[in-house]
Amino acid sequence: MTEFLQHLVNGLSVGTIYALIALGYTMVYGVLKLINFAHGDVYMVGAFSGLYLARGLGVDQSPSLFKALLVFFGSIVVCAALGVIIERFAYRPLRHQPRLTALITAIGVSFLLEYGFQLPPVTQGSVPFPPGPTPRFFPEPFPRVDYAPFGVHVSNYDMVSLAVAVGLMFLLQFIVYRTKFGTAMRAVSFDSSVAGLMGINVNRVISWTFALGSGLAAAAALLVAGSRPTINPLMGLMPGIKAFVAAVFGGIGNVPGAMVGGLVLGLAEEYVAGYALSSYRDGIAFAMLILVLLLRPAGLFGRVRAEKV
Amino acid sequence: MSEPILSIKDLQVNYGAIEALRGVSLEVPEKQVVALIGANGAGKTTTLRAVSRMLRPVAGSVRFQGEEITRLAPHEIVARGLAHAPEGRGIFLNLTVQENLELGAFLRKDAAGIAEDMEKFYGLFPILKERRHQVSGTLSGGEQQMLAVARALMSRPRLLLLDEPSLGLAPQVVERIFQVLRDISAQGVALLLVEQNAHKALQIAHRGYVLETGEVVMQGTGKELLASPEVRKAYLGE
Ligand SMILES: Nc1ncnc2c1ncn2[C@@H]1O[C@H](COP(=O)(O)OP(=O)(O)OP(=O)(O)O)[C@@H](O)[C@H]1O
Ligand SMILES: [Mg+2]
Repeated sequence: MTEFLQHLVNGLSVGTIYALIALGYTMVYGVLKLINFAHGDVYMVGAFSGLYLARGLGVDQSPSLFKALLVFFGSIVVCAALGVIIERFAYRPLRHQPRLTALITAIGVSFLLEYGFQLPPVTQGSVPFPPGPTPRFFPEPFPRVDYAPFGVHVSNYDMVSLAVAVGLMFLLQFIVYRTKFGTAMRAVSFDSSVAGLMGINVNRVISWTFALGSGLAAAAALLVAGSRPTINPLMGLMPGIKAFVAAVFGGIGNVPGAMVGGLVLGLAEEYVAGYALSSYRDGIAFAMLILVLLLRPAGLFGRVRAEKV
Repeated sequence: MSEPILSIKDLQVNYGAIEALRGVSLEVPEKQVVALIGANGAGKTTTLRAVSRMLRPVAGSVRFQGEEITRLAPHEIVARGLAHAPEGRGIFLNLTVQENLELGAFLRKDAAGIAEDMEKFYGLFPILKERRHQVSGTLSGGEQQMLAVARALMSRPRLLLLDEPSLGLAPQVVERIFQVLRDISAQGVALLLVEQNAHKALQIAHRGYVLETGEVVMQGTGKELLASPEVRKAYLGE
């Protein structure tokens, strides 16, 4: 029983992280019909922004909650801006080109970030920029406290991470389904040219969508950094792919679907790896992808669109 | 006579190698109804799309209320008071009826006026009120058409482009839609109306244009066109 609960806790903490990243994939796919393969790398940039900010603010020497919040929101802003810039300069010029062109460009942007961050340093400092391939440690903004209710190990970091991730998902759900911007976003995702006829500035909606998705990726990166503090320029690869699977599982383009997909994947990994095949943990996402594509290609919540004539 | 609210000059549009419009010129006078008729593929939809900038013309100019709008983005054109109910209705099937109507009023800030207009259209089309919290993908084709017209009017436009608002509707509903069009026209909204139902369109139109393979081949008052033997033969099925 304890073991079961432990897996539940672990599965939820990693699942909410997948969910946060998956939201970025699914929202961008919604408005642009583009799989933004650079999204996992935006997550990586989020972690590094956090590191630079934390070092800049001296979190190592004198940690404080205020600094932690600054690092958290600062990284979100940095990544939101990065997302907007990527869309503006890499994807927008290709808006009217075949879908494949943008897809390949997305892979290019991904490489640019992954390998750009491994270049020899240009600036020196406690962490040079680019940081290079060496893994770095993320400083702890507040002391770690471990709890063990019913023998289940959870730290205060796990709890904060879980609470913040769930809070962000509720916030996003609210934005998408209860605000004027959210309605505009859903309209753009259904038909962007008709959305323009409503007076919606489609480019602005797309920019904000990238900002939101990338901001969530940064949040995910920082929440993870609490429990797994090593970061490196290739760290976005695996979570990126897994979150993509989570988004496809939930039905790409579907916001609640991405959240459910992330949680299901996180739990599936934990339970399968915990009880049966521990060395196959990273393969579970792919098994799930194959199953979904075989059994329900539109994903769990995906609908096949029927139009009336 | 005052300047027309919309004037299109030598508008040319290509789809790849296809010349869809080869220099179309037409005018919509303030507060009047202008019908644009023509066979399938004549370029009627393309004309409306080029005006609202859903697509980019290769040449020609579009002036709205005396200002050049040829190079504006669609949302900027809406902001000036030009609404377009596109071909195929363009309903956001993933949104509720009410959300669709709200989007029609996307640029408006007067919450009270928006609520009032919404009630007005719910009064005109009670079925929309009944279904307002339903996803609009569940509406019938005719109900979607009512929603499309109502939504376009939610922006309180000065000029409304309508692309086949009566397509696929039962006769009574066509009647109701045309009644709505007559009403808004009486309130001073100018209309550029594309219709398969040439007879009905020309009846309420002050002026009409006949389009053939991307060119205006005939124009005149609604009455003149209704009386013209060519129009009767080609478009009224006589
Ligand atoms: N997206 C497109 N790509 C290529 N050709 C197109 C496209 N849309 C329209 N055309 C062509 O342009 C011409 C004009 O089409 P348009 O849709 O404007 O006709 P229409 O007068 O609205 O016809 P209908 O009464 O059938 O709606 C047609 O020859 C059509 O085949
Ligand atoms: Mg047409």
